[in-house]
Amino acid sequence: MDRSLVFAAILFGLLLLMPFLLPLFGSEYLIGLIIKAMLLAIAAISLDLLIGHGGMVSLGHAAFVGVGAYATAIGLENGIENILLLLVITLAVTGFVALVTGSLALRTSGVYFLMITLAFGQMTYFTLTSLAAYGGDDGLTLWSLATLFGSDIVQSGSGLYFLVVGTLFATWWGVFQISRSRFGRVLRAARDNPERAEVMGYAVTRYRLIAYLIAAMIAGVSGLLLVQHAEFVSPALATWQRSGDLIVVVVLGGLGSRNGAILGAFFIVIIEEVLGSFLHEWRLIYGPVLVLMVLFAKGGIADLFVSKDAKGRAA
Amino acid sequence: MSTTLFLILCLNGLQYGMLLFLIAAGLTLVFGVMGFINLAHGVQYMVGAYLVYAYVQLTGSFIVAVFLSLGTALIFGLLLEVFVFRHLYTRSHLDQVLATFGIIIFLNELAKVVFGPATLSVAPPEFLAGSIQLTETLRYPVYRFATIISGLVVAAVLYFTISYTRIGMLIRAGATSAEMVSALGVNIQRLFMIVFGVGAMLAGFAGVIAAPIFAIEPGMGDNILIVTFVVIIIGGIGSIGGAFIAALLVGLIDTLGRSFATEILSTLFSPSFANQIGPALASMLIYILMAAILVFRPKGLLPAKGVA
Repeated sequence: MDRSLVFAAILFGLLLLMPFLLPLFGSEYLIGLIIKAMLLAIAAISLDLLIGHGGMVSLGHAAFVGVGAYATAIGLENGIENILLLLVITLAVTGFVALVTGSLALRTSGVYFLMITLAFGQMTYFTLTSLAAYGGDDGLTLWSLATLFGSDIVQSGSGLYFLVVGTLFATWWGVFQISRSRFGRVLRAARDNPERAEVMGYAVTRYRLIAYLIAAMIAGVSGLLLVQHAEFVSPALATWQRSGDLIVVVVLGGLGSRNGAILGAFFIVIIEEVLGSFLHEWRLIYGPVLVLMVLFAKGGIADLFVSKDAKGRAA
Repeated sequence: MSTTLFLILCLNGLQYGMLLFLIAAGLTLVFGVMGFINLAHGVQYMVGAYLVYAYVQLTGSFIVAVFLSLGTALIFGLLLEVFVFRHLYTRSHLDQVLATFGIIIFLNELAKVVFGPATLSVAPPEFLAGSIQLTETLRYPVYRFATIISGLVVAAVLYFTISYTRIGMLIRAGATSAEMVSALGVNIQRLFMIVFGVGAMLAGFAGVIAAPIFAIEPGMGDNILIVTFVVIIIGGIGSIGGAFIAALLVGLIDTLGRSFATEILSTLFSPSFANQIGPALASMLIYILMAAILVFRPKGLLPAKGVA
């Protein structure tokens, strides 16, 4: 069996055990941290589908987290509480935004794609700040949360925790299947040599657009869950710096590696907590660490855990 | 809308455009010549603003502080080039984004630690204080005029250097085909170091002249960086002329849009709707412009020839 699958099995096993292990140390706080890292990982895996497999470096991916979160929050404010219904709304809204922005952005490629996604991200951010009815700049605290057919099982505690683990797993598995499928192979072929893929008869732009839609919708779902966890939304979710953070997670974890994206997310959250507890100005260390990692650790964290041949297959 | 107000806004837009051009010039050349995405370019603008603040505190003279700041910004840029950027030219855009993102995080935090999180300000020098009577109803601050003029002067010097000198020829050739220039025996590494140093100094200069107008604060470079990227994309990567036109376009559209978007919308829609949408639309105008231009001219308005 593939080492990366073994690794993922251990990872998810640990995540499932956490709620039973952690109370021994008595910590609600740690559970909150793990949820935060998992939500980051969901968005990062979706971005990795774009960057790692599609070669499309988007600097506006956090916008979809923001759009998903706001779609959910606005639904909740208007009395829609069923989480399944909110999920449908979130998918529809993020999908629609991705369809419009993606079909324009994909007319360009390379660094122009990076810039145009950045521009769309900024447009999203300013749109969210203009929603005066939903808090504008300051964001919105939610007084009601989503329910599952009236039950509050998906709102907090272990119910929410397992929902997030489940979503992370579904994302992992879904993107794994996509990367193994013919669709994923065409996507990578187009990344490595778009002209050739085009000549072979594949409508490259359509494949890329579909990948873009899928990635946006997954990011939107992480936004939905983020609302459930934080009970608060603000435009800050969609700033370009957040998109930068997502790229950091993806690249630190290792491109084209779902396990890497999860590790990257945990790494970032832990670094922030650990460094932050020693030093209020932890970014003074974090910034140079990023630079050093780029200069000296080219393959990302995943390289330390995954064998070369497994990586070749995943990439 | 009165003519006077319109004129003042046009001048403000022109001045903002000049500021954007100073930052964009370095960024677009660095990108054009080396294909290097430098997200930290905006931070160099912030560094310029803090430097002039610090030197004014130290020396008490704005003019002395300007020259000291320019020198320091140049040295700072060269140090960054030697220790970090030089090692990233051959790496992917992704690595470049990541490393320069790390530099942003570090410098923003450093500014917060050294100068505090509060906004600071610098007074303009005395001989540039006050305002000029332009027409009967229009007075405009001298300092803002000075920024427009210094921007124009820098633009003219840059244009002359790039169009008529040997180094300018090499830069143009480098932006078109770095490999070819290198194959002809030009030390492209050194050429780039010069371009990079001057670019860092120009960004620093923009920060210096912005310091008396805008608030000096940590993170002030982040938003202007994004706007600068919009400028160089609209203008065409690697193109100084394109950057100049795009900077003016963006400066004017942004400034005028912020003042008139709500007014124009309210002629079409209900006032309450216009009030809600206007400010957001105004903030978005330049991004809409960029998206529209990219859709119709994917390489920008005046692309440098041969840039990928």
